[in-house]
Amino acid sequence: MTWDTIANIMIGGVLTGLVYALMALGLSVIFGVIKVVNFAHGEMMALAMYAAFVIFSTYGLDPLLATPIIAGGLFLIGYIMQRALVAPFVTRPEHEQFILLLAVAILLVNGLLLIFGPDAQSVMVEYGFDSFEVGPLILDKVKVYAAAASIAVALSLLLFFKYTRTGKAIRACSDNLRGAQVVGLNIKNLYALTFGLGAACVGAAGCLLSMLVDITPMLAPELTLLAFIIVIIGGLGSLSGALLGGVLIGASEALAGLLITPSMKSLFSFGLLILVLAIRPQGLLGKRSS
Amino acid sequence: MLKVENLHLYYGDAQALSDVSLNVPDGEIVAIVGANGAGKSSLIRTLAGIEKPAQGTITFDGQDITGQPSYKVCELGLGQVAEGRQIFPSMTIKENLEMGAVINRGRAHAERNFERATTIFPRLKERLDQAAGTLSGGEQQMLAIGRCLMGEPKMIMFDEPSLGLAPALVQEVFQVIHRLNDEGITVVLVEQNVAVSLKMANHAYVLENGHMVMEGTGESLLNDDRVRQAYLGL
Ligand SMILES: Nc1ncnc2c1ncn2[C@@H]1O[C@H](COP(=O)(O)OP(=O)(O)OP(=O)(O)O)[C@@H](O)[C@H]1O
Ligand SMILES: [Mg+2]
Repeated sequence: MTWDTIANIMIGGVLTGLVYALMALGLSVIFGVIKVVNFAHGEMMALAMYAAFVIFSTYGLDPLLATPIIAGGLFLIGYIMQRALVAPFVTRPEHEQFILLLAVAILLVNGLLLIFGPDAQSVMVEYGFDSFEVGPLILDKVKVYAAAASIAVALSLLLFFKYTRTGKAIRACSDNLRGAQVVGLNIKNLYALTFGLGAACVGAAGCLLSMLVDITPMLAPELTLLAFIIVIIGGLGSLSGALLGGVLIGASEALAGLLITPSMKSLFSFGLLILVLAIRPQGLLGKRSS
Repeated sequence: MLKVENLHLYYGDAQALSDVSLNVPDGEIVAIVGANGAGKSSLIRTLAGIEKPAQGTITFDGQDITGQPSYKVCELGLGQVAEGRQIFPSMTIKENLEMGAVINRGRAHAERNFERATTIFPRLKERLDQAAGTLSGGEQQMLAIGRCLMGEPKMIMFDEPSLGLAPALVQEVFQVIHRLNDEGITVVLVEQNVAVSLKMANHAYVLENGHMVMEGTGESLLNDDRVRQAYLGL
């Protein structure tokens, strides 16, 4: 195997990892603010993947262009989910939150299974086999586009949190909830917006990932697990950590494919997880809990 | 300005406030004194809409605000400088102040109130981009007061504003409270520093185990034997 091939595979992994990073960013945003772990995260991603598939197969709309629509749809679903379902559980014990979101996850997967069946579907855009050649490197066009779109979405979210009034208000809730009540922030609404934004991230990520992998309902639990691994590696509640974790997992999956076989990729992800937990339990960019 | 009638508050089965009534006239300073755990902070949180009372009514500025969420109460002009300051530690001073003006009421006058807050506390203006968590206790208290002013309050409830501050700063905080009152803001003051708060107050209440057990002008309570014994150690 030549160095060029290795570089190509690794870069491919990093590009896919950026899409994972966007997914994990959604999980991290929700947890960081509402302190609820979205156990239905991968399932929501699968929902977005099927939405991309349906839109592509009926209207021929490229998932890249469908991303805002699907992110918007998932935003609404997340907003309503928080308002109607999760809000009453925010102050309840964690195991109750877990069961609630697990129920949502099971409903989603089985709903998808019922509608689409267990067979893999795929979205094949025209430029699916095209690539960019940069010197000796050959980069899949779809991966480059999906990664670039993921970066764009992640970046706009970070800018939103840094500069807009609503973004700052959401940060304030996560920083000091009592303080947020004291200044009169509408916490219920901000929480619903946050869940919506987290869902929009995973929606965009799912839409983009639909161009890169085959879609099956059983992908959902795997993605949930993957999102957890990424967030834990990067550091719970750290947004930049989620991004770093995503890239690392993408690279380690590629490495697994390179060294052993692609079906062993989870082995590498878990290996990385254990390594990080052993060396830096709070995650790479996580703050040590006091 | 604020009228509270027969307020009851429970935390689960434990009763924190029992049949509390209180009246805060427009433009005055009203002090609430009481031992640790008497329910002073619970009372303030209930008035602010953070805790939901089981019974009783709260009327602010002619409107019934009983059971209203805190964002609605703030919108009517009832602000608070909460126990423990409750600033946003990882946000900058500027952002902390901005958060005080997210309510519509504050948003309309954000610039003017920013000027006002930073004129009263010039030290805040010198370090607008510093994370609030890195400030000293006194500076954090100033930030909490400044942030409250950003919401354009008609009335401010102060919960132990001098707790943990160096004596010089304690003086400064009391002067600021006086000044705000002179500028027309009605004040409710909860203080461990009972002597000072009774001296400042037009009217005062004594809270014991969730019950209002005494009330009177600040001066009359200051001269009351039971108050002197229980709270002034005389
Ligand atoms: N969130 C809560 N949940 C349960 N019990 C509470 C809660 N907050 C306060 N209490 C209890 O209610 C009672 C009144 O507490 P509160 O903090 O209102 O008193 P306080 O007069 O402000 O005391 P301090 O001078 O110590 O600030 C105490 O017995 C306290 O333990
Ligand atoms: Mg208190």
